[in-house]
Amino acid sequence: MDLRDTPDEAAFRQEVRDFIAQNLPDSSRRRSGRRFEDADRDWSRKLGEAGYAGLTWPKEFGGAGAPYSHQAIFLEELARAEAPSHLGVIGIGMAGPTIIAWGTDEQKARYLAKILSAEEIWCQGFSEPGAGSDLAAVRTRIEDQGDHFLVNGQKVWSSFAHIADYCILVGLGLPDEPRYKNLTYVIVDMHAPGVEVRPLVQITGHPEFNEIFFTDVQVPKENLLGEIGGGWQVAMTTLLHERGTLGFALAATLDVAVRKLVALAKERNVSDPILRDRIAREWIELQALRYTNYRALTTLQKTGIPGPEGSISKLVWSENNQRLTKLALEILGSHAQLTNGGGDGDGYWQYQQLRSRGNTIEAGTSEILRNIVAERVLGLPRSR
Amino acid sequence: MDFSFSSEQDDLRREARAFLESNASPTMDQLADLGWVGILQSEEFSFVDAAVLFEELGRALYEGPYVLNEVAAQPDDDVWSIEIDGFVPHLDSVDRVLRPDMTAATASGEVLTTVDETLGLGRLSPDGSEPAQGEWPEVRRRLLAALALEAVGIGSKALELAIAYTADREQFGKKIGSYQAVSHSVVDGYVGVELGRSLAYAAAWAVAEGDEQAELLAVTAKAQATEAAVAACERSIQVHGGIGFTWEHPLHRYYKRALWLEGALGYGREHRAQVAQYLLSS
Repeated sequence: MDLRDTPDEAAFRQEVRDFIAQNLPDSSRRRSGRRFEDADRDWSRKLGEAGYAGLTWPKEFGGAGAPYSHQAIFLEELARAEAPSHLGVIGIGMAGPTIIAWGTDEQKARYLAKILSAEEIWCQGFSEPGAGSDLAAVRTRIEDQGDHFLVNGQKVWSSFAHIADYCILVGLGLPDEPRYKNLTYVIVDMHAPGVEVRPLVQITGHPEFNEIFFTDVQVPKENLLGEIGGGWQVAMTTLLHERGTLGFALAATLDVAVRKLVALAKERNVSDPILRDRIAREWIELQALRYTNYRALTTLQKTGIPGPEGSISKLVWSENNQRLTKLALEILGSHAQLTNGGGDGDGYWQYQQLRSRGNTIEAGTSEILRNIVAERVLGLPRSR
Repeated sequence: MDFSFSSEQDDLRREARAFLESNASPTMDQLADLGWVGILQSEEFSFVDAAVLFEELGRALYEGPYVLNEVAAQPDDDVWSIEIDGFVPHLDSVDRVLRPDMTAATASGEVLTTVDETLGLGRLSPDGSEPAQGEWPEVRRRLLAALALEAVGIGSKALELAIAYTADREQFGKKIGSYQAVSHSVVDGYVGVELGRSLAYAAAWAVAEGDEQAELLAVTAKAQATEAAVAACERSIQVHGGIGFTWEHPLHRYYKRALWLEGALGYGREHRAQVAQYLLSS
């Protein structure tokens, strides 16, 4: 056990710090911790050029082939500098790894490099109005028309769809087959005729994610990932990556939030012992999350398999972030109602507190995550 | 960065668990035979090795003064306890007592009745004292970490009992662990204990290394891990239903020990006040 950086890790950390110091414009810095779509493309391109975009991707696909510890260090340093993350989070974290696992050589050659360079932005077409936690209940049709697929349906909760070039889409490919054997997974060109993106205004007042409507969209056959009817397995790869690599990114965003919370409390000279207790609690929970991630990371590096500790990161983070942002509003006191132009702050906490309510819903609701921990980690009997 | 125990430490854990399963509360002589006594003064072992033992002793509901004797780390062959918040655990079964003013007192005084009946908690009689070795902040830091580690052992065991019981017990024709109202409560207990485990191990490492974060990690781990152990026991009692509320089942003993650990050297609120002071005044 040694919680210090190894010489290699320390050198990498210094390299990342130097890179951020030399390349991050002040205008980007101010936007960190805001809506995650505010990351600018120029900064993302620089991250790609420096090899930080696909740190853990294999070298043959343009990645750095770096150990997971480098990814963790990179995210920690981004958080410390309050720098925004790469714009292509869906591409790097979900679409890319899925293409690496299931894609043809042609697909890998066509898509992977432009994900890293932020030239092409990706979105995810999984959730539907009638299929949230129950992904296998999707109704969007992906019909095999011989020389192409015909896509009809509606997707929702799709971040980046309004700027995306491609979508990873799961739909019903073989409607007569049983559940889990009836899905098909394709790559859809978001600029194709019949694709319509409508912004969906959320609780925050911002259209951060979107609805996508597909009307007789023709998708080339070579855009298939896996097999027709084998979409469930491909989707599981995507979700594994969504949840598997998420822990450090979440701890990094929480780190930024805790720093801002502490700064706010200092600025307000918070002396109320109850508020101070709650601030300390949030800081403690952040440390607990960080070290739990380190434990999971060590297990992953030693065995190649993520440890059970990792499955609790998102569950813990989401509830932390909800408590923390609410606490910030209480510190703001009567000014908590005032948003931009109210003469007190810039509406950061007001936005973040409302946004945090989505944290326990997106990327696996807390109820689903508790089922996963109960059944797969603790070995309790299945609930359904 | 390597946040895992060595294979030697894994072996030590296996040996300790096997030994304590057959004899949960060995004598100090038996522990000396195992080479566990004086572990922090030996060149061979670090606080991380001791951490493995502290956690396993917590898990086994060990009833003796070993942990306090090691944390006191005095350079003689006497068995030591430490005065904690004015009271001395195991007063009747130790030779001497280390006090927070870093004096050593002879172990004599009145033994009190306590919620956790295994504590042997006593109040020292006024007596002559002499200087002891070491610094109190360092003893306190080691003690905070040790209490956190014991709590991790207690919390894990209480949850294992909950998992085994709810995976087996049937009501309304189904295993009760398949009901989400039951399983989600157990999951929340597990999450708390795992977070506490991460902090307790980090604190153990920081104490072993004399890291600059040692003080903060020790109070943090103590606050989080002991509260998590209490919560894990409470959840376990609840999902056990009636049986968990009786002396027919051992859970009440884990719970009472967890309650002791939570309060020893101050409740979490006091440690969080220390954390807040660090965060908001620096």
